[in-house]
Amino acid sequence: MSEEKKRFKSLCIEGSKYYTYLTSKFENREKWEKPNDKIIKSYIPGKIVKIDIKEGQKIKNGDTLFIIEAMKMKNKVVAPFSGTILKVYVKKNENVPKNKLIVEFE
Amino acid sequence: MSLKRKTVDLIKRREKIALGGGEKAIQKQVSLGKMTARERIIAILDKDTFHEYDMFIEHEARDFNMDKKVLHGDGVIIGTGKVFDAPICIYAQDFTVAGGSLGLMHARKITKIMDHAMKMRVPLIGINDSGGARVQEGVNSLAGYGEIFYRNTLASGVIPQLSVILGPCAGGAVYSPALTDFVFVVDKISKMFITGPEVIKTVLGEEISMEELGGAKTHSEITGNAHFYADSEKECFEQIKELINYIPWNNTQKAVTIKAKEPKKSYKIDEIVPSDPKQPYDIKNVIKAVTDSSDFFEVHENWAKNIVIGFGRLKGETVGFVANQPIVLAGVLDVDSSDKAARFIRYCDAFNIPIVTFVDLPGYLPGVDQEHAGVIRHGAKVLYAYSEATVPKISVILRKAYGGGYIAMNSRHLRADFVFAWPGAEIAVMGPEGAANIIFRKEIAEADNPDEMRKKKIKEYKHKFANPYVAAAKGYVDSVIEPKETRQFIVHSIEVSINKTSSMPKKKHGIPPF
Repeated sequence: MSEEKKRFKSLCIEGSKYYTYLTSKFENREKWEKPNDKIIKSYIPGKIVKIDIKEGQKIKNGDTLFIIEAMKMKNKVVAPFSGTILKVYVKKNENVPKNKLIVEFE
Repeated sequence: MSLKRKTVDLIKRREKIALGGGEKAIQKQVSLGKMTARERIIAILDKDTFHEYDMFIEHEARDFNMDKKVLHGDGVIIGTGKVFDAPICIYAQDFTVAGGSLGLMHARKITKIMDHAMKMRVPLIGINDSGGARVQEGVNSLAGYGEIFYRNTLASGVIPQLSVILGPCAGGAVYSPALTDFVFVVDKISKMFITGPEVIKTVLGEEISMEELGGAKTHSEITGNAHFYADSEKECFEQIKELINYIPWNNTQKAVTIKAKEPKKSYKIDEIVPSDPKQPYDIKNVIKAVTDSSDFFEVHENWAKNIVIGFGRLKGETVGFVANQPIVLAGVLDVDSSDKAARFIRYCDAFNIPIVTFVDLPGYLPGVDQEHAGVIRHGAKVLYAYSEATVPKISVILRKAYGGGYIAMNSRHLRADFVFAWPGAEIAVMGPEGAANIIFRKEIAEADNPDEMRKKKIKEYKHKFANPYVAAAKGYVDSVIEPKETRQFIVHSIEVSINKTSSMPKKKHGIPPF
């Protein structure tokens, strides 16, 4: 039991600490981050087939930023607001995973 | 031709068809560590009870030169038999015949045996080993799947439906097992997914092996799609037989009662549970301390382990157990454990199996991931399932029962028939630490030594509320019992509930938080 006891971890619920095993799902859960609305990430894994913007370019709400090909569709990603592009993090024809940083606004 | 010669001809025809896709294809099947479809059926059923139908079915495909091909039995074997004397309808897809692909007649055979199972009100076992839709048959193949899914749905809660995944089961085909009551998988043999690794790679660029994507371990540990995991087909068949032994043939009957036996003496119920509610223990030992012969047949053993579900017997009668597991995640309810428990409660209710609940939980799991995954909706399933269940419902509160968790775990308020509590039970809105911090916030903040004051107040709260007598004083707990009286109280509760009537309002169906 003492060997077993060493593997117990503590889990705090409403101020009380319980000794228990944790599951890998619990330990590997994604930590929540406050969304940063200055950055645009890929919402799906795919291939960047077209980039319509340059760094420093001023763009209007609704302008096309880039096209990501995924699920056999060319998905147009448009600017959610007007602003200036600070940096583009991808190149044309690059394959990107989900949640990859693509564009950052000033 | 004389009848004798015609009979010889029949035997020859049968022998040919029994070879399925032929020697070569069978060799390939065996080399993958798999049994053939016919061997599987025979291994599950009682000796010499299998009777096969629709052996001479011919396939319907006319295009792409398919009309020149002979597909024995159209890639599926159907029939009836017995398991421990219980009548069974069974089908097994034969991967050696055109990859077990599903065409119109293949599907018709399956739906025929499903209709038979429904008409005769007997359990249905489906063995899946198929490459998927027979592309050459086009929409007819899709129609076939649809007909199967529709029947799975209508049969749900009427007859037990068991799905055994012994090969690939991909694309639309996965929805038949998903609609059935129990799914069995075998290591390295079972593969289930909607879209395979190839498609995922081309479309999304993500590389994953078939095993990692939808193998037996994935479905029994991560997704929860599989209820039983086995290392070999043989072990899997033993699990199937054991399950059949625990459950009734249909929803109008009770499971067969067997000879009563006392639990093993090695399970000492009053020594399993530590008195400190923060110390863990294995709840399965408590279950085994009350069941006949200390046997417990666990369902979903490897998924959402913070709750334990499964079947046992009390005085020979099948009972479903639902119990918080303090040794994993302190036994909290979360998205997965709520799903797991709720579905099992509904299964027991549909098939007249009394439910015994062991309660020891600190509440729901806190966390952004849980909230964003919809723990409200999933947690509600447990409340819904318990409230709706009309089979005898018995709860034993072993230790902590705090807050929403207390209500959800078959409390009196959801119409438990009997609620018992051990003397160490703590039934309260929350644990003493949390409660003291709220109730005595001012005193603690203003004290010269807040830590001292907090400790004092926690003690005060513990003394006042951390016991079963506050709930017993209101009748929310029927009896505070000694741990060693647990089996006796549960057995008696079930015995006196034999004529239980329920007064559920008439409705077409409810709207559970699916």
